[in-house]
Amino acid sequence: MSTHTQTHGHDEHHEIGPKTLIMVWLALTVLTVVTIYIALYDFGRALNIIGAMTIASIKASIVAYYFMHLKFEDKLTWVYALYPMFLLFLLIATTIMETFTRNPALY
Amino acid sequence: MANGTAHDTMAEPSFYEPKGFMSWLLTTDHKRIGIMYLVTISFFFLVGGVFALLMRYELLTPEADFLSPHTYNVFFTMHGSLMVFFFIVPGVAASLGNFLIPLMIGARDVAFPKLNLGSYWVYLAGTAILFGALLQPADTGWTYYTPYSVQSQTDVVLITLGVFVLGFSSILTGMNFIVTIHKLRCPGMTWSRLPLFIWASYATAILQLLATPVVGITLLLLIAERTLGIGFFDPAKGGDPILFQNFFWFYSHPAVYIMVIPAFGIISEIIPVFAKKPIFGYKAIAYSSFAIAIISFFVWLHHMFVSGISETAAAIFSFLTMLVAIPTAIKVFNWTATMYRGSISLESPMLYALSFLFLFTIGGLTGVYLGALAVDVHLHDTYFVVAHMHYVMIGGTVFGFFGAIHFWYSKWFGRMFNELVAKIAWFFFFVGFNVTFFPQFFMGVQGMPRRYATYPAEFQTYHEISTYGSWILAVGVVIMFVNLIAGLFSKEKAPVNQYGSLSLEFTVPSPPPHENFKDIPTVTDWTYGYGKK
Ligand SMILES: [Cu+2]
Repeated sequence: MSTHTQTHGHDEHHEIGPKTLIMVWLALTVLTVVTIYIALYDFGRALNIIGAMTIASIKASIVAYYFMHLKFEDKLTWVYALYPMFLLFLLIATTIMETFTRNPALY
Repeated sequence: MANGTAHDTMAEPSFYEPKGFMSWLLTTDHKRIGIMYLVTISFFFLVGGVFALLMRYELLTPEADFLSPHTYNVFFTMHGSLMVFFFIVPGVAASLGNFLIPLMIGARDVAFPKLNLGSYWVYLAGTAILFGALLQPADTGWTYYTPYSVQSQTDVVLITLGVFVLGFSSILTGMNFIVTIHKLRCPGMTWSRLPLFIWASYATAILQLLATPVVGITLLLLIAERTLGIGFFDPAKGGDPILFQNFFWFYSHPAVYIMVIPAFGIISEIIPVFAKKPIFGYKAIAYSSFAIAIISFFVWLHHMFVSGISETAAAIFSFLTMLVAIPTAIKVFNWTATMYRGSISLESPMLYALSFLFLFTIGGLTGVYLGALAVDVHLHDTYFVVAHMHYVMIGGTVFGFFGAIHFWYSKWFGRMFNELVAKIAWFFFFVGFNVTFFPQFFMGVQGMPRRYATYPAEFQTYHEISTYGSWILAVGVVIMFVNLIAGLFSKEKAPVNQYGSLSLEFTVPSPPPHENFKDIPTVTDWTYGYGKK
C-alpha cells in the first residue's frame, strides 16, 4: 500500500477548479443561513439540537472533502479521518447510554 | 546484516557534529531531540520522586506530623501530575522513540524534523506553565475530578492548562512517528521485517494522536467551568459531574497504554538479544500491540464503577475490560517462550527486562481483580489500586525504560557505564520497589483508603515497611543515575555493537553520525535471526 501511495500520493496537480470552490463556498453560506433560520423556530429542544448538529456535520464534511483535499487522499488517510469519527460516536453514545440507564432510585 | 563498520568509531569526532549551545536548542536532529526529552523527563522523574519520598516519610506514623493534610494533598497531586503527564506519557515515546525510530527503520531523520523540534518546545512551554502553577499548587489529585476541582481554592486552572499544552506535544509527536514509519522505511524494510519496537511505537502513536485531543477538550471544559461558571459538570445548572469522569477516562485509559506499549516494544528488542534466540510469535506480538491500542478505547468506565454510573454500563465495561487481558497475556507468553532453551546472559538490560516480565504480570493480573465488578466495589480507592498502578507504571514502564537506557546507552552516547554498578543499582531498585509496593496490596485489601495523610494505627507496620522500601528504591535510582552520568565521562569508547544485536541501529557507529547512515541501507532479512551462526 505504501509503495502505491509514494508513486502518486503527493503530486500537487490535484487542483480544485474555481467553479467547485465557488459552489462549496455557496453551499457553506447557504447552510449557515439555514442554521440561523431554524434556530429562530422552536421544534422542541431535541429536534433543534439534532438539526443544528446535522447541518454542522455536513459543513465539516464538505470542508474536509474539498478544502482539506480528502477527495484525493488514499485509503489510509481515509481510515485516519474516519476512525476518530467512530471514537467520537462511541464516546457520545456510551455516555448517553450510561446516563439513561442509571438506577432512578439513586437520583 | 551487522557489517563491519567498527573502524568508523575511532574517526567519530563529535557528538552528532554541529557545535554550540544554539545548535542544540535549534536542532532538528532526532537523536538530539531525544536527548533533550531524556534530560527533561529525567528531571521531572526525580522531582516527582522527591514528592513521593516526602509522602512516604509522612506515612511512617499514623498522625499527620510531618506534612499538614493540605500539604499532603498538594504533594500527591504534584507527584501524580508530574509522573503521569510530565514524565511517563511523553517519556519513553518521545525520548527513545525519537532516538530509535529513524535508526531502526534506516532513515536519516523523522518525517517532519522541524515539527519534531516544535513538539519539544511545546513540551517545554507546558513545563513553564507548570512552574507558574506551583505558586499556588493544586490539591485535587492528578485526575482533577469535578466537583472538587471546580470548588478548590488552589490554582487548578494553571496546572490543567499546562497539561493541555503538553497534549499538543504528544499529538504532534504521534503524527510525526506515524508518517515516519509509513514513508521513511529503507528499501527491504517491509512491515513483516520491522523491529517490534517500531510496531509498538506505531500503536502508541495512534493513541497519542486520537486520544489526547479528548483530554485536551476535557481540561478546557474544566477551565471554562471554573472561570466562566458554565455548568457542564454542575447538576444545579443542568450538568453532570460524572460527565467529567467519562471524558477524562476516555483519554486516560488509553493513556495507560501510551505509557506501557513502548515498554512492550523495548522488551521485545532486549529479550531475543540476551536469550540469543529469534523472537517467538513475531506476528502475535506485533498485532497484539494494535489490538491493545484499539480495545483500550472500549474500557474506560472501569474507573467509575462506584461513582454512581448505571449498572448496565458497568456490567458491559467490566466484560470489555477482560478483553484487554488477552493481547497482553499473548505478549507475556511469547516473551517467555522466546527465552525457552535460550542461552541467557544476565547483563543489566536483561535484568530489567526480566524484572519487567515478573512485575508487569503482577500489575496486569491485579488489574483483572479491579476490573471485576464485585471485587472493585471493595478495592476501589484503596491502596490495592495504588499498588496495582505502580506495578504497571514502575514495574512495567519504568523498568522497561531503564532497561532500554542501559541497552541503547552505548549507541546513544558512544560510551559505557560500569556494568557491575548498574547491576547493584538494579538490585536496590528491584528490591526497594517490591518492599515499597507489595505490602500495599495487603493494606488495600484490609481497607486502607488512598490519598490520606493519616490512618488507623493498625496499618502502621505495613506503612513502615513501605516507607523503608521507598528508601531502598531511592538508593537504587541514585546509584543508577550517578553510574549513567559517570559513564558519559569515561575515556573508553563503546563498540559499535555492545550486545551483539542484529538490529539496524547497531550497524552505525557509536554515537551515530549526524544523519545516521552514509548510504541508506537495504535490508534483506528480519532483525531477529539470532542463534543460527
Ligand atoms: Cu483503565
